[in-house]
Amino acid sequence: MSLVVGLVLFAAFIAAGAVFKLYRNQWFWGVVAIIVLLCLNLLKDPGYLAIDYVDSTGRLVGNLLDIVRWAAPTMLIATGMALVIATRGIDLSVGSSMVAGGAASLQLLSAANPTSAGDAAVAVLLAILTGGAIGAVNGLLVTYVKLQPFITTLVMMMAGRGIAKVITDGQNTSATNAPFKWLVNGTVLGFPVVFLVALAVVGIVGLWVRRSAFGLVVEAIGINPKAAWMAGIRPAGILLTVYVVSGVLAALAGVFSVGSVMVVDVSKTGYQAELDAILAVVVGGTSLAGGKFSIRGALVGALLIATLDKTVLFLGVSGAATPAFKAVVIVVLCLLQSQRVRGLFARRRRRTAVETAAEPVKGSVTV
Amino acid sequence: MSVQPASVVDRSAARLGTRRRLVQKLTTNPSTLPTLASLVIFVGMLAYGESAYGRIVQYSTLSNLFINNAHIIILAAGLTMVILTGGIDLSVGAVVALTSVAGVMSVNAGLDPWLAVGLMVLIGSAFGLFSGILIQYFNVQPFIATLSSMFLARGLAAILSTDAEQLDPDASIRVLAETITIVDGPKVNDLETTAGVIIALLVVAGVFFLLHRTRLGRTAYAIGGSEQSALLMGLPVNRTKLWLYTLSGTLAGLASVVYTTRIGVGQNIIGEGWEMQAIAAAVIGGTLLTGGAGFVLGSVVGALVLGLMNVLITRDGTIPPAWTTIITGGVLLVFVLIQRAVTAVRRRT
Repeated sequence: MSLVVGLVLFAAFIAAGAVFKLYRNQWFWGVVAIIVLLCLNLLKDPGYLAIDYVDSTGRLVGNLLDIVRWAAPTMLIATGMALVIATRGIDLSVGSSMVAGGAASLQLLSAANPTSAGDAAVAVLLAILTGGAIGAVNGLLVTYVKLQPFITTLVMMMAGRGIAKVITDGQNTSATNAPFKWLVNGTVLGFPVVFLVALAVVGIVGLWVRRSAFGLVVEAIGINPKAAWMAGIRPAGILLTVYVVSGVLAALAGVFSVGSVMVVDVSKTGYQAELDAILAVVVGGTSLAGGKFSIRGALVGALLIATLDKTVLFLGVSGAATPAFKAVVIVVLCLLQSQRVRGLFARRRRRTAVETAAEPVKGSVTV
Repeated sequence: MSVQPASVVDRSAARLGTRRRLVQKLTTNPSTLPTLASLVIFVGMLAYGESAYGRIVQYSTLSNLFINNAHIIILAAGLTMVILTGGIDLSVGAVVALTSVAGVMSVNAGLDPWLAVGLMVLIGSAFGLFSGILIQYFNVQPFIATLSSMFLARGLAAILSTDAEQLDPDASIRVLAETITIVDGPKVNDLETTAGVIIALLVVAGVFFLLHRTRLGRTAYAIGGSEQSALLMGLPVNRTKLWLYTLSGTLAGLASVVYTTRIGVGQNIIGEGWEMQAIAAAVIGGTLLTGGAGFVLGSVVGALVLGLMNVLITRDGTIPPAWTTIITGGVLLVFVLIQRAVTAVRRRT
């Protein structure tokens, strides 16, 4: 019995240590928010976190899996967005890349063999190329014409959805293709394929930017473009790469989001996805002023958004009302990160520190 | 007799002076050329539309252009003020949605319609103030602060109702959308206006006065030029920005009044993408997104260019509707490139 208590105490100690360490991380509050939301759901349904194994289909079923499945597209676009924002840019066109990529792949599949895995692969490739092309145009305008990223990607946001409509001739194209559908709805070892693919892709991007000098250079441009230039960093290739990566990841997210129902809705697919991505990045502790990024933070942000979306639905509020809850999260996070509020906390901490420091002195005088 | 040559010299000197002043104006203010360009393009579009499709330069078409775009003109005027300081207000479209739902619902619940109009405008002000406080006192970037107001307004509108709330056809505020015939032309070709259009024009006049004839406006331009310098000069940066965001929100509420009374419906999906249209109108009209340069009258031309483009595309009939957004994007890109070229030339000289 005492062994159990000891183990629990030890675990609590480790957890406290981990939390204390996490607290230094910018995305600490994102994790806290996810836990709070999950607890809220637990209050309504004590079995919320349960994960069941269904023998007949070989799938794991549970709310947590729904959340990670839902988070997959946001994970991808948030990763690209984190890199773009780190260069002091912004990519408002990710939603358009999503719908254009999704439209291109479904348009191809609608005329293809419904069981061919090769066609599915070509469709995914085509989506990636479409997203890459949109990203490349963004990158060229930002790099060589030196337009502001905000306005460049705003133009592309308007035009991209138009491109999707041109691709599908204004229709909501639908298609059937078993391998393509599996990619989005299937499971491996019980886990949703989308989540695993998204995790793998984000992991590869994360390793690439952190295990090479690329991430450093991206941050250098974001901190001070002039100083970076003087240090011998030529931004052209870097910026272009960053925008292309963002477009490609968004198009892949588009494949995920059209694949679940195998229909591309040219006016709804990826609608306001850029806002979710920016929110995820900000939750992850990346400042919109650029100069630093955290892929891990962006993942936490994407998971928080998915948890929030699912929680709101679970609590029986209309899905159209989710933005209000997102707004509350943004405002609270922004306030927690703001100098004024931090200053308030710091002052209180300092005051208590001064008081505790002063007490023994007082005591020594009286004694 | 000997006086004549002197006066000729005087006159030519004066002419040289005005020309130099014009050149100076064109080269020192980066927003002049894009504004002129958008005016030229607007006139060119009118001429092209008239020659290609006919019935464009006539009373009814031009009246409808103003009547159908009054709300966008109001929003663009509000955004111009905010963008001049280097900020942005993404919440206007969502504020229109929330205020239209709230306004129509309260009228239907028995509130006096004119009180409901006041309520709509005040809700707009409240949202502007909220964004302004976040930006000014908590150092949240304008983009993120107004993004959260946008989410909040859109979500609250959905919580209120996701149905299309019909405004009572007999409601007294409908008078704002009734057409007033100014010139009774042949057949249906009348020069018409609505109270909504008059409100929009008054708003533009008011914003023009505010920006060019008051300290608040001068401070707005100064903040856009360089916020640091404005602070060092001792200008009331905080108060000004708070005012401008509040005004932008207020105008969003007013735009909602004009739009809601015209279509007679309040719904949570109204106004999607209007913030982008308003930003596009300001940019086409010559306002620099980095702040510090721009005209509110240019934004009006920008809004009209966008509106006329839709008219022409509809009139043409052979352009698939899918191309509308691509063309809008293309036009926007052209104007941004013009601005970019002008600012580049200015920097070199």
